[in-house]
Amino acid sequence: MNSLTTLAATNQASDHRTLIISLFAAFVIATLFITVWAGRQTKDAADFYAGGRQFSAFQNGLAVSGDYMSAASFLGIAGAIALFGYDGFLYSIGFLVAWLVALLLVAEPLRNSGRYTMGDVLAYRMRQRPVRTAAGTSTIVVSIFYLLAQMAGAGVLVSLLLGITSDAGKILIVALVGVLMIVYVSIGGMKGTTWVQMVKAVLLISGTVLITFLVLLKFNFNISDLLGKAAENSGKGAAFLEPGLQYGATGTSKLDFISLGIALVLGTAGLPHILIRFYTVPTAKAARKSVNWAIGIIGAFYLMTLALGFGAAALISQEEIIASNPSGNTAAPLLAQHLGGTDSAWGAILLATISAVAFATILAVVAGLTLASSSSFAHDIYANVIKKGQATEKQEVRAARLATIGIGAVSILLGALARDLNVAGLVALAFAVAASANLPTILYSLFWKRFTTQGALWSIYGGLIVAVGLVLFSPVVSGDPKAMFPDVDFAWFPLKNPGIISIPFGFFMGWLGTVLSKEEPDAAKYAELEVRSLTGTGAH
Amino acid sequence: MATDAPPPSKEQHKLPSPEEYNEVHQSAEFAELRRSYRSFAFPLTVAFIVWYLLYVLLSNYAGGFMGTKLFGNINVAFVLGIAQFATTFLIAWWYARHASTKLDPKAEAIKTRMEGGA
Repeated sequence: MNSLTTLAATNQASDHRTLIISLFAAFVIATLFITVWAGRQTKDAADFYAGGRQFSAFQNGLAVSGDYMSAASFLGIAGAIALFGYDGFLYSIGFLVAWLVALLLVAEPLRNSGRYTMGDVLAYRMRQRPVRTAAGTSTIVVSIFYLLAQMAGAGVLVSLLLGITSDAGKILIVALVGVLMIVYVSIGGMKGTTWVQMVKAVLLISGTVLITFLVLLKFNFNISDLLGKAAENSGKGAAFLEPGLQYGATGTSKLDFISLGIALVLGTAGLPHILIRFYTVPTAKAARKSVNWAIGIIGAFYLMTLALGFGAAALISQEEIIASNPSGNTAAPLLAQHLGGTDSAWGAILLATISAVAFATILAVVAGLTLASSSSFAHDIYANVIKKGQATEKQEVRAARLATIGIGAVSILLGALARDLNVAGLVALAFAVAASANLPTILYSLFWKRFTTQGALWSIYGGLIVAVGLVLFSPVVSGDPKAMFPDVDFAWFPLKNPGIISIPFGFFMGWLGTVLSKEEPDAAKYAELEVRSLTGTGAH
Repeated sequence: MATDAPPPSKEQHKLPSPEEYNEVHQSAEFAELRRSYRSFAFPLTVAFIVWYLLYVLLSNYAGGFMGTKLFGNINVAFVLGIAQFATTFLIAWWYARHASTKLDPKAEAIKTRMEGGA
């Protein structure tokens, strides 16, 4: 049954649809203005890739939060908590704790030693062309997986909320999102994208604060009562408030949970669209402060998802949540409608507001991902590999703008094909690939003197191939009723998340490639990198 | 507004030569900065990852313990989950304080000298 048939049953159906479309249109128009304004100020490569490096720590912290809090966290976690109770909360914890890796080990050295992309740091003391090719490849693969999840999510959400169920309609929505993201990124560059992220973060936090407040008000700010009612209403009793409902069934599912946990905590510091945000501030100190702002904002947001998820479980029946979307993805908008009163205008207004916030979230994240991959294509692959460092800034920025269109077209195509796939699996995969292919090379490059070009290549390609390969043969792709191809079964790898194997493998290959390599590491370059990464001497 | 000041990337600093980098890299002052950073960041990273994994393992294999009710409907699992948030906020604050009091002054001294006070 279609989700919003429940909602459509109320006589506000057409009202809320009009309202959702108007709010959404208002967001699109406002952000297009920002984009055009930012585009006029984007003159050189540092403007396009790094927003001129003039954002303040708070502005960037807000933008980082905007880039990070995707539809998967807003809709996905609220939905997972609404259906599986405590197990949904574990996502929030992994997603938050992960920021400490970025704060303690990655953000500042990256800001000091790179210019525009993750590849800048990986290739700093290595042979440029092979390492940049590898870094560009893994940046684009990680971003495309993440993009795919957001595009598929956009298709599902919009079709549900607007009652569009035909394939043509869903493809049209995916294409619309794709065209918007091409416009945002190719015109506005990093400056426009950063402002869009900030607007979106403020909207998302405001919406979440409002719903959290309304939920707590219903329970007189007594959290114990809220949890009790959620447990009772879920029909699962005390088990709803304990770990295990989703992952506790078998030994394999418990192992899968550990694998997911590792991928979440180690993935963030390897996500290219997050890493390039650290170049938008003037100094490493500002990069550190922006991570601290992000930790505060994202942490507060995830705490509020508890109220959203348990609130939905307490106030709406499980049948209704599942009928709306089998993975609970529409629990947050449903909750908003219930809080306003299902038959009142307030219900329609709240539903429309929260839905518009969810669209804004998807659009902004998609723009950030597109920017990361087109930057890496233009700066790592076009300028440094194809043109061997001889491209002018103008040529490089033009290549980045063209790459945006290419990547946009590819994700529209894949998003249209993936419109019915499992969104959560794709996001967790992006984290696992980032943690397997990118994080080991980043850490070795920054902290291990002996690390060589061969180590970097083995680590990036090894982590990438094993992570993607294991997913291909996992129950996410085949052999499971919820898989991408439910009718065939080539799933010999039992876990849905490859992290527990592929992340150690990425680290191992980096070590092995290094100790087996015949070339001597460039000691002078490492001395330079170390001094520069810790002090900022010579940083752009 | 983000665009008022001139971008620092366009300022002309004197870029140190490889020899100067190497010299600083060998200096006791730099060794002290690196030690002060690594001896803080590395053990702390290991500690919070172990603490996080402990939490994941407890959730998986100690269901009875995690389900113990402490007050009202608040159980151990809930409190430990919130504790992960609390330690994350605490570590972020602690590192920021260490960096601004212990690391930044040393780093800035080296940078200023190497870039010739430009």
